[in-house]
Amino acid sequence: MSQSMGANRWKRFDDWDDRALRLDTFAIEDPENGFSAFHGAADPKPDLGIKGKRVTSMDGVAAEDFDLIDAFIATYHIDPDIAEEAMAIPSNQLARMLVDMNVPRTELTRLARGLTPAKLAETVAQMNAMEIAFAYSKMRARQTPGNQAHVTNAKDDPLQLAADAAIAVALGFDEIETTMRVARNSWSNALACCVGSAVGRSGTLFQCSSEEAEELEIGMAGFTSYAETVSVYGTESAFVDGDDTPWSKAWLAAAYASRGIKMRCTSGAAAELLMGFHESKSLLYLEARCLCLQRGMGSQGTQNGGIDGAPLASSIPGGVREIMAENLVAVWLDLECASGNDARHSESDMRVAAKVLPFLIGGSDLICSGFGSILKYDNSFNPSSFNGEELEEFLVLQRDFEADGGLTAVEDARALELRRRAIDALSFVLRDLGLAEATEIMKRSVAVASGSNDTESFAPRDVALISDKIQGNGVDVLDVIRSLHRGGFKAEAENLLFLVKLRVSGDYLQTSAIVRDGRVISAINDPNEYDGPGSGYRLTDKRREELAAIRNVLNREEVLRAEAASEMGEAKAIRYQSMGPATPGTAKNQIVVGVSPGFGTKIFRTLAGHRLSAVLKALKSGIERGGGTMRLVRFWHTADTSFLGLSAARLSGSGVGIGLQSKGTAVVHQKDRLPHNNLELFSNAPVTTLEHYEKMGFNATCYAGNELPEPVVVPTRGEALGARFHARVALTYAIETALTEDDASPEDLELAFLEPGP
Amino acid sequence: MTDELDAKDYPIAQTRPERVLGRRGKPLDSLTLDAVIDGDVEMEDLRITPQALLQQAQIAKSVGRAALAGNLERAAEMTEIPQAEVMRIYELLRPGRSASSDELRDAAHQIRSRYNATLLADFIEEAAAFYDKRGLFRKRY
Repeated sequence: MSQSMGANRWKRFDDWDDRALRLDTFAIEDPENGFSAFHGAADPKPDLGIKGKRVTSMDGVAAEDFDLIDAFIATYHIDPDIAEEAMAIPSNQLARMLVDMNVPRTELTRLARGLTPAKLAETVAQMNAMEIAFAYSKMRARQTPGNQAHVTNAKDDPLQLAADAAIAVALGFDEIETTMRVARNSWSNALACCVGSAVGRSGTLFQCSSEEAEELEIGMAGFTSYAETVSVYGTESAFVDGDDTPWSKAWLAAAYASRGIKMRCTSGAAAELLMGFHESKSLLYLEARCLCLQRGMGSQGTQNGGIDGAPLASSIPGGVREIMAENLVAVWLDLECASGNDARHSESDMRVAAKVLPFLIGGSDLICSGFGSILKYDNSFNPSSFNGEELEEFLVLQRDFEADGGLTAVEDARALELRRRAIDALSFVLRDLGLAEATEIMKRSVAVASGSNDTESFAPRDVALISDKIQGNGVDVLDVIRSLHRGGFKAEAENLLFLVKLRVSGDYLQTSAIVRDGRVISAINDPNEYDGPGSGYRLTDKRREELAAIRNVLNREEVLRAEAASEMGEAKAIRYQSMGPATPGTAKNQIVVGVSPGFGTKIFRTLAGHRLSAVLKALKSGIERGGGTMRLVRFWHTADTSFLGLSAARLSGSGVGIGLQSKGTAVVHQKDRLPHNNLELFSNAPVTTLEHYEKMGFNATCYAGNELPEPVVVPTRGEALGARFHARVALTYAIETALTEDDASPEDLELAFLEPGP
Repeated sequence: MTDELDAKDYPIAQTRPERVLGRRGKPLDSLTLDAVIDGDVEMEDLRITPQALLQQAQIAKSVGRAALAGNLERAAEMTEIPQAEVMRIYELLRPGRSASSDELRDAAHQIRSRYNATLLADFIEEAAAFYDKRGLFRKRY
């Protein structure tokens, strides 16, 4: 104490230093050096010159000086038939149209085809975070929201991948994405997730993030159904440094479509800054360029919103608003948006939850473009905003806001059943196709493992051999389907065939396509038509029930069941005998303890878990230590602590009484005081100990003798007691209040402690 | 193509299944698990056709997505080009892979004559012109 008094710093800063938040780095705004979310030192003013359907200048650059990105945008994004009309609208008016529910989405996406990157950026930069969130919700392409999972593990263990893929499917993810710790394991990872994702239901799209040529080959073998690794950048130097050009990436975009594989591009704030080629331009302006490029390439969608650059973007003032703003530009450009919320941008859980909220409540084609369905250390993409650890928090957020984040809780017996099924299916296929032999120990360890630290399964070297064999033997998805069928996994074989057949029609190549209930839904047949309250995506009753159905939900029957279990013990410990109507006492040392109607009749334990007999014993012993006698009275007209205490005091010979609710809340009262102006109160029943009750009994005798004792202070460590106990409190209290009767008289109770107890 | 499809024909697999055939002419409803087990289905039957891509392009256009349609039209041409050739040209299009724009122009010429891929050939030639302008034909490694 004396040492800390000499400190030369307010110690609160030490407390703050210990918070996870302080692990985050925050950077100063420095537009010259690329550290600006919205206002780069070299951001151009929007303008567009068009002559005879050809762009002659754009955003301050004449056509002859265009770099590759300008050239591509001018050729493929700018629609000369719309540009003149669109560019003439002042950007503040466009911003107002974006938040005006009376301006249809389709009108805004039409105009976007004539807007330059600088104009798009200038427009959304004027909007505050709330307006951006609202506009995003209105402008996103598909009406029904969805979500995407990462399924990876630190060993590239195929058994665990299959089990975790099955879980991701059961949780409701529309897409699952894997990648490898060791590059050559890609074929094994692809096969494993492909089999796992066919367990339980059909239609979950799957991708294996890998080297470009290999990813296409894996797709052609039928194991994967989408890709999102086609990255683009907002400056020419960054693009070339990334070893591509807009034309080479557009070529890849066509290549995926030509093989019937869904594809989206990827871009995100601060990638150029990380790569050292920012040209002193703002994050938003460079992103607007990326997104115009993607639309021009004919990508159906984008994975956008910080992505790998999210932590850097978030270190800059306004960085998170910028991430929201770039997502808005994406959907304004009519692109499917897998809206980031993947790479964890902060060590602070609060910053993470705050960042995801607008997308959770407003919806998004894919809220997270990589929700870690596995534990953080198993996430081979790096930890996501949400991972296996935090998954239930996400489920609860959905329930809190009645917002559809695309996920549904999985009951634990069902989870284990799915994991075993996936492991058995994959083990069979591995053996049947001569790829590997999974032992019983491997299978059992993986089925129950939360993460790869708990498994005794394949190691990365084993996996490399499996992967080489799959590739070398030319195994394709039809081989896998036939093998599943041979092993008796007919449902899985059907599910997998369903998915591969999707590529024949190409229906899922359209904007924002996913599969729900065996049907492709996209921006074509499920367009977002929000035009005000009551419109757009709304929960059905069934979906609302699913969101509410999380684990360990308390109800009245549950409370009564728990009490019934305690009842037997109490029957052996204490007996209450009614002695008829209670009248005012006269003994000066008498302390009346007034209990509630349900005390010892319906409720038998306090919230802290103390048996009520033990609480009474503690009070009695404290009262007796102070030279008093305890008289027990049950009140029937109230269950309220204050009134119990005051009523007890008025019956007490000493004028001092203790009110005691069966949940453990207790009050010392004096007969002449106002109901809520008591002498001492234990309001935090869950942390109240028997010693506290003993001391309270003692103090009551002090008040009776007109002394002022040291009040008992029940210490708390700042637990969120309301969150822990209020549901139970409300249910318990409702049971009590249901027993009360107006004007009912109190009755004296005689107590007998039947066994020596605590 | 007799009639143009639009949004009401989507998803084609459900509303216009007669318009969807696999690469070897098999209709969707013949691609059953039994057929797979009996060996009557090959990967080739599960490949998308130029017709399917062009139909999706029509639908995309009908809802104002001409850029997406453009990609699907390029993809339709690309279905005819073998994988190795697709990847070879992808490599050529990457920065510094070709020594001069001639290599790209040759590639364009080949796919135009061999696969009748006119959109793709034009696309490559356009890239070549811009690469020349931006000095992209420099050695990178």
